Amino acid sequence: MPPTENIPSATGETAPSASATPAIEFKDVEKSFGKTTVLKDLNFSVAPGERVTLIGPSGSGKTTILRLVMTLEELTGGYIYIDGKPLTHTERDGKRVELPSKVTRSMTTRIGMVFQQFNLFPNMTVLENIIEAPVHVLGKSKAEASKEAKALLEKVGLAEKADEHPTRLSGGQQQRVAIARALAMSPEILLLDEVTSALDPELVGDVLAVLRDIAETTDITMLLVTHEMQFARDVSHRVMMFDGGQVLEEGPPDQIFNNPEHERTRSFLSSVL
Amino acid sequence: MTDNIQTLLNFLPQLWEGVQTTLILTVLGSIGAVVIALVLGLAMTSTHRWLRVPARIIVEFFRGTSLLVQLFWLFYVFPLLGVDLDPMVCGIGALALNYGAYSAEVVRSSIITVDKGQWEGAIALSLSPTRRMTRVIFPQAWALMIPSLATLLIQLLKGSAVVSFITLQDLTEKIDQLRQSTNDTYFSFTIGLIIYFVIAWLLQEFMNFLERRATARLGRRRPNSRTDRRATRRDAREALRQDRLNSRLRGAGAGPGSGNAGGGL
Repeated sequence: MPPTENIPSATGETAPSASATPAIEFKDVEKSFGKTTVLKDLNFSVAPGERVTLIGPSGSGKTTILRLVMTLEELTGGYIYIDGKPLTHTERDGKRVELPSKVTRSMTTRIGMVFQQFNLFPNMTVLENIIEAPVHVLGKSKAEASKEAKALLEKVGLAEKADEHPTRLSGGQQQRVAIARALAMSPEILLLDEVTSALDPELVGDVLAVLRDIAETTDITMLLVTHEMQFARDVSHRVMMFDGGQVLEEGPPDQIFNNPEHERTRSFLSSVL
Repeated sequence: MTDNIQTLLNFLPQLWEGVQTTLILTVLGSIGAVVIALVLGLAMTSTHRWLRVPARIIVEFFRGTSLLVQLFWLFYVFPLLGVDLDPMVCGIGALALNYGAYSAEVVRSSIITVDKGQWEGAIALSLSPTRRMTRVIFPQAWALMIPSLATLLIQLLKGSAVVSFITLQDLTEKIDQLRQSTNDTYFSFTIGLIIYFVIAWLLQEFMNFLERRATARLGRRRPNSRTDRRATRRDAREALRQDRLNSRLRGAGAGPGSGNAGGGL
């Protein structure tokens, strides 16, 4: 991955141009679980290379947004576009039509996700976990994928763990393997869903260091949900505050954290900072 | 007693034939049952109704009807429909269908028991549904289903005794013949119990072997081995200690450590 200009801190720097085709676009998105509506008429977009943090009280729908992009939840209304192309549904003759699952799956190869609970496959070694998708989804050779996987393990500081089973690693190590596994697919978009919430406090630092490194050395679009506010402030170009499935306010981290407009944002931030 | 032993020794070749019949029924019946269980069990977890519903009906039908009646159907009713089946085929078929239906439920429940995060991890990597099942979900479900399958297969072994109703000379039938020639009910049925027990024990050992292999592939050892449990705990403690050491080095003295890292176990 070619390093872009080194960004010491995203704050103060201008966000990637919003005029290009957005990396992610939500159009009139609606999501309900049974009778409970979690998201309604949600519209927003994320520019290529932009790093956006979603914050808000639990139940505000921020994790649901990531899960919708990863197609882990069924979109009940509206459209999601990735690089301008429809992800799960498209509009045809004014009607909302579901795309074939193969089309959707070819779109999701551009998207990677790291989960709170790591979700590594315990029946494979660390290396096998990382090369599974590059070999069987992208069609790379095993040798090429292994070489790349080892480079990624080096990057996350776990080169010597390639042949271990994930169950024998600590939480922090497992999460770094999960990050390497997501990166092995060379995603254009990386979704990070509370990736440090399940870790012992003293293991959080390593994981965040790896993510900071990715933010600084690549131009992957990132959408993250986190409770690590200092991290969010350091790496993101934009922070979106959600409440009740709606964007309450958004802006550069400095503005949201130092000078929020809404009382709800202020009280939420004071409860987590 | 010496007379009995003598009769038993003379009867051994016949008894061995009976054991062979029972073993063939058990082994082929088990293989058939597992194949049926996998097909029906996977179909029952399908998102397609047209796969799920028929599979469920077949399972409920074969679970809900008696093994003996199913056997009689294959043996007595099929010839009326113009299909003559060898008694051995009838026996294997009935055992495979009946126990296959029970095992299908084990397969289904093991698959849905695999952590939801595993499915999501596989979707996030864009693995195809087939690959998701064969590489990620099934190997984990397999380790979960082996103990229940072992119980069912031992029941199949014991259930195979019903084939003596359709002229097959299995172990039970031979034991009964032994009883008639020794005239000693106590002696011959005790011999029967012992032989069944030995076969069941061998079967259990084989299933234990499969379970050990399956759990080892998950990076876990057999849960009831104390030495392995100890080794696993030691490795986990070591990994945690290393990790904490690393983060402390990087974080340059970020807070005092707890000293004894493995204390929580």
